[in-house]
Amino acid sequence: MTTVELSGVSRWYGNVVAVNDVTMSLGPGVTGLLGPNGAGKTTLLHMMAGFLAPSRGTVTVDGAPVWRHPAIYRTLGLITEREAVPGFLTGAEFVLSSARLHKLPDPVAAARQAVEMVDLGDAQHRRVGTYSKGMKQRIRVAAALVHDPAVLLLDEPFNGMDPRQRLHMMEVLHQLGETGRTVLFSSHILEEVAQLSGTVQVIVAGRLAASGDYRTIRRLMTHRPHVFTIHSSDDRRLAVALLAKEPVVGVELDPAAGLTVRTSDYGTFTRALPAVAVAERIRVTRVLPADESLESVFSYLVAS
Amino acid sequence: MINLTIVRLTLRGLFGRRRFLLLLPLPALIVGLALLAESLGATPPDWGQPVLVGLGFAAVLPVLALIVGASVLGSEIDDGTAVHLLAKPLPRREIVLSKLLVAFVVTAVVVGAGMLLAGLIAGSAELALGLLAGTAVGALAYTALFLALSLLTRRPVLVGLAYILVWEGLLTNLLTGTRVLSIQQYAISVADRVSGTDLFTGALSPQVSLLMAAGVAVVATALAVDRLRSFALTGDTS
Repeated sequence: MTTVELSGVSRWYGNVVAVNDVTMSLGPGVTGLLGPNGAGKTTLLHMMAGFLAPSRGTVTVDGAPVWRHPAIYRTLGLITEREAVPGFLTGAEFVLSSARLHKLPDPVAAARQAVEMVDLGDAQHRRVGTYSKGMKQRIRVAAALVHDPAVLLLDEPFNGMDPRQRLHMMEVLHQLGETGRTVLFSSHILEEVAQLSGTVQVIVAGRLAASGDYRTIRRLMTHRPHVFTIHSSDDRRLAVALLAKEPVVGVELDPAAGLTVRTSDYGTFTRALPAVAVAERIRVTRVLPADESLESVFSYLVAS
Repeated sequence: MINLTIVRLTLRGLFGRRRFLLLLPLPALIVGLALLAESLGATPPDWGQPVLVGLGFAAVLPVLALIVGASVLGSEIDDGTAVHLLAKPLPRREIVLSKLLVAFVVTAVVVGAGMLLAGLIAGSAELALGLLAGTAVGALAYTALFLALSLLTRRPVLVGLAYILVWEGLLTNLLTGTRVLSIQQYAISVADRVSGTDLFTGALSPQVSLLMAAGVAVVATALAVDRLRSFALTGDTS
């Protein structure tokens, strides 16, 4: 059982703080590192992988620091987002070179097994330069898994994959988690994280915004106040009628922008709105959820 | 100390690059000019200095060493394939030394072959041997320096060219005291001593040259190893 520990980790570039005082502990199983673009996920992953020194704090794998400690790669596999694959090698050669660089006792068998795991047996003797983006991603996974690492870190692993490849990759990661490996993958897509991992670490603007079971965080997200912008034949009357309803916590009238409604419960409100409109004989011409972007979900989590 | 997988991968990467293959004819230029001079009736004392020193030691050797030395590791860092190598439980010393071995051997063999042939055209086996020895000494110091530069700066080729053109090409001619810090002079002095030629004269004693060349190689390699230990992935911070 291998644990990755981050303790008070910060990283700044000049005046810009990329990661701010993050403390977390990752154990066996699949963990999703979720956050909007630019939140600091990659910086955090690079620090966990020993490819960036924390400005403050420590990152350890089973108690051993990762920075300036290459021996850690015996237990750690890494797939960065932008790492390129030497195009002049075939897929099989690439994975085999990885096995040889790890000085495995039987590199040929290990490479064969890793290639089979990512289902690239048919294409393994083609040059990597001819691979599609998804295939390149898979051969990189094979190379990162060839030494059977206890910890696997993946930065946006599903980028560039088609749905079938995505599903297959999810199965691979799931299986690794089930068999006791510590798997951490980053993503800015909520659904990917929801499908793959029970545990999430949400990072927003460099800070750890939420951490723990996905369902708890999902509930927090669903129960946050929602804002709708509504256009109707009579905004003022609709505002009065809506205020009488339980889930509505605030309304705002703006002759130009229409009616802004704040509600504490998304589902109840969206069911109540048509009923109110019909009862009041008001024609609703437009309903826009105003804060549905992932960023707003994240910033709500930070504030809560 | 030397990792054969790294050596193999580096060689394939090097010879797979067009930029490098385009440089291979450079040493042929030395041989071609020597042949041309001979066929036109010039004697080695006429063409020896400009072709062997002016072209060979002052241009072909450092330029080839620069391209090879700066690309064995530098180009992998540029194109992002270096992570494949660095995310392995390998001592950084092993990576740098393996890369340096490739850069040194490739430079010494490619340039050395040209110099050796030019020496034979001049009609002296001793000269040929001396040129080969000088090339080897120069290749080691140059490639170690340029390999380190590829880790210490983002523009190793530019900095390397500045060293070759400004420091070795200009300053060492104007201020003779700076010759003790010129790899070109180490190569010329060793070639001069080994061959006993009077076609050109080294400015330094062979002992100082060898010592200084070894010093450059050791210091540059130590710097490169230390720098690689602290290699950080940069790029977008999403």
